[in-house]
Amino acid sequence: MAARDLHGPDAPWGDFGVVGQRNRKVDGMDKATGCAIYADDIQLPGMLYAKTLRSPHAHALIRSIDTAKAEALPGVYAVLVGDELPIPYGVIPWTQDEHVLAVEKVRFIGDEVAAVAAVDEDTANAALELIEVEYKPLRAFFDAEEALSNPEPAIHTSKKDVGNLSKHVRLEFGEVDAAAQSADILIDEEYSFHSTTHAAIEPHCAVAQCSPDGKLTLWSSTQITHYVHRALSRVLELEPEKIRVIQPYLGGAFGGKSDPFSLEFIVSALARKTGRPVKLLWTREEVFYAHRGRHAMKMKYRTSAQADGRITSVDANILIDGGSYSSFGLVTTYYSGQLLTGPYDFPSYRFDSTRVFTNKPPCGPKRGHGSVQPRFAFESQLDEVATKLGIDPIEIRRKNFQGDFTKTVNAQRITSNGFLACLDSVERGSDWKNKHGQLPLGRGLGVAGSMYISGTNYPVYPNEMPQAGIQLQVDRSGIVTVFTGANDIGQGSNTMIATVVAEELGLDIRNIRVISADTDLCPVDLGAYSSRITFMVGNACIDAARKLRTQIVGAVASEWDVDARRVSMMGGKVFDLEDSQRVIPSRDAFQIAEAQLETLGATGSYNTPTLGGDYRGGTIGASPAYSFTAHVADVSVDTETGRITCNKVWIAHDCGRALNPMLVEGQMEGSAYMGVAEALMEDHHMNRFGLHAGPSLLDYRIPTSCDTPELESIIVESIDPEGPYGAKEAGEGPLHPAIPAIANAVYDAVGIRLRHLPFTPGKVLEALDAKC
Amino acid sequence: MRAYRLEVNGDKIEIAAPEHWTLLEVLRYKLGLTGTKQGCDKGDCGACTVLVDGEPELACLLLPGAVEGKKILTIEGLAPAHRCRGGEGADPIQESFDEAGALQCGFCQPGVMLSARALLNREPHPSCEQIADSLSGNLCRCTGYKQIYDAVEAAADKEAELKTQGAD
Ligand code: FES
Ligand code: FES
Repeated sequence: MAARDLHGPDAPWGDFGVVGQRNRKVDGMDKATGCAIYADDIQLPGMLYAKTLRSPHAHALIRSIDTAKAEALPGVYAVLVGDELPIPYGVIPWTQDEHVLAVEKVRFIGDEVAAVAAVDEDTANAALELIEVEYKPLRAFFDAEEALSNPEPAIHTSKKDVGNLSKHVRLEFGEVDAAAQSADILIDEEYSFHSTTHAAIEPHCAVAQCSPDGKLTLWSSTQITHYVHRALSRVLELEPEKIRVIQPYLGGAFGGKSDPFSLEFIVSALARKTGRPVKLLWTREEVFYAHRGRHAMKMKYRTSAQADGRITSVDANILIDGGSYSSFGLVTTYYSGQLLTGPYDFPSYRFDSTRVFTNKPPCGPKRGHGSVQPRFAFESQLDEVATKLGIDPIEIRRKNFQGDFTKTVNAQRITSNGFLACLDSVERGSDWKNKHGQLPLGRGLGVAGSMYISGTNYPVYPNEMPQAGIQLQVDRSGIVTVFTGANDIGQGSNTMIATVVAEELGLDIRNIRVISADTDLCPVDLGAYSSRITFMVGNACIDAARKLRTQIVGAVASEWDVDARRVSMMGGKVFDLEDSQRVIPSRDAFQIAEAQLETLGATGSYNTPTLGGDYRGGTIGASPAYSFTAHVADVSVDTETGRITCNKVWIAHDCGRALNPMLVEGQMEGSAYMGVAEALMEDHHMNRFGLHAGPSLLDYRIPTSCDTPELESIIVESIDPEGPYGAKEAGEGPLHPAIPAIANAVYDAVGIRLRHLPFTPGKVLEALDAKC
Repeated sequence: MRAYRLEVNGDKIEIAAPEHWTLLEVLRYKLGLTGTKQGCDKGDCGACTVLVDGEPELACLLLPGAVEGKKILTIEGLAPAHRCRGGEGADPIQESFDEAGALQCGFCQPGVMLSARALLNREPHPSCEQIADSLSGNLCRCTGYKQIYDAVEAAADKEAELKTQGAD
């Protein structure tokens, strides 16, 4: 039974004992000492090494593939080509357009064509050189507009009727045009967001082992074990019960490890073929081509408002460059419009979003999936409205605040909403009132706000089963082990889980063990995406732990012959509330309960309430709760060189209750850092041949310690009625405002509006010239 | 194949590896010291940082022959070395990184912690600028560096305190 609504946001035993503490992470010491095993750290006896051959063409038909010479090379154990695994896959069931290795055609430079397993990487690479592929190049598209206006050649031939269109969504709420016509002010501008990528420091890696009786084990650096499990079963035509997927320690993901990836199927198929374990570790360059990063978007926004600053309508037209495959693109297209409708009240709203295929690495979900780009455009535009009306930019945001426990214009339910407190915090923190508009030329402050989902209401594949499941096991030693399908990708979900279970059972957090993301051992969880784990898995933990605690409390009460309401669990002890002499260690209580009842354990789950608008697509963007953020950025603009320096960002984020403030701050800082980087440094750019302009961690410029601004996190806790103890999310929301806050700060500093990312010195100088 | 005599984490080791293998490959795939990470294999990320005679070096850019006769310290050697000096728990750097929440995914952190260790060995009371400078070769994609700075400062304080205690 689903856990939702069964438990309020209060502490289980009066006061919180573990929640709210800055506890160390449960796996911190493993990481600190180098003991933590990541995918590439796995070495199995007799292991082979795989490599893949990639297309040098951006768009071409495959005439023939000859692998004979490669197969004959000593040390080569197997070669794999696309025809051997013809079943397509893709994370969204309705748009499965990917193959493990190319079938018939290639769609971007770097598309994989053949794979080799050999005794070592050098031999595998040598074998790739011996594979002969004959291509017939086709016209390639690197520009979304061009691809859209030319249906032929279609990048996906199965979509001939729609040319290179990947997805189109148009939704309108209220009378947008009428509102615009009668408004006092109308701002109509174009914006563009470039593509950026995740660049997690750990490259993707997968290792597979296949036993002679057909049982396959895959270790993969994935953030969604469950979907990989399902995809493997389909593509390899192997019963799911024969597959075990394990996520070892993961070295960062940010959305970049959420699709099922070719390497996972390749090692599995090669392990099956050779009967030996196979590893495939992508090079850094390959990771750049695998991409799945932020979609480039061209956005037209028209916002109308009354003279007092109240927004009356927002009209958006968005062209999304999807790259060569669908990935999560269907959702991205919806998110580009659906997630903009807070923290402000829009009386009317329309968006028209079109995703197009191009011959570039496929885009996908990156931290703040689909909503970071529109947020940049809208928050920039809102600033213009404020300037034109002579209203303070923070004030205009207050004025348009939608409130809590309300509905958005697109019929999404908003529960707790701490946005006003976020605005107050960054206003105070940055000394806004004395600084905005008052700093010397070249220095400025800018503000922006945002909202984000705490999980999506509906799973990627429709089903009635829980979104999150938890299993608890109790040991006589006093330890409780939690089994969870949730993926800890560095964000600290295992620690969150231990925090909740320790709180419920009154245990020291160090006495909780967490076993996660192993499909043989753990109940299903849908994985680390859409900021869902704290909310959903946290609730499932409470559900399970309360059942267990009822058993333990009941057993101790009957042992002591007192009413169960007198028995409490706190600080590793179980005690009688009315007799301070009667206190035993939790371990003893576990043993009493085990003796009276049976082997102890409990399960728990969480499923979402029915939410969303009553229209096609109305469930996309529905979330059981939303987080809210405000940033103020302090920038300097060098008018000689055009260089922007971000000096500091104040980040106020409403995460609901902060279960571990230290972990929340880490997410806020990491998010803001990434947003600043996207505004000023990063550019996932393909040149006119479809080649990546700089597929390395040097050329793709991510900030070093010296490039990162000072970051100040201010946690705002609006206690959510449905979150675990009132918690929401912190991993993605706090990225959004960084980019428009910088754009708005640049306006405050030098009076130019930068509408096209990234904000390079060239664009700054051009805008300064145009202004003179 | 070529044979090397290396001193890793205090142990003298003889090991053979293909001639073009880097120190990083030898550490990870021959010696099983997988705490040293590979993020780019070409000198851009700093994840493979090890200490060679106390100085941070990128193992992916070093051939093992270049460090024969020198003392190599990897992340696995840090806590044991601290114990050898009579310390408790792990090295103060490791403890502080854990306490400050700096270990998000942890993949960059062996390199970051060793760079920080080298800094504190050289400069027990570093300024903020010195910390940022000495970590600028170690990319971290998770933290935004703030909790890393907090950790290094806390480690410096902790070591200063240990020294005063020792002097008492
Ligand atoms: S792996 Fe050596 S610097 Fe990146
Ligand atoms: S902690 Fe993940 S890269 Fe630094």
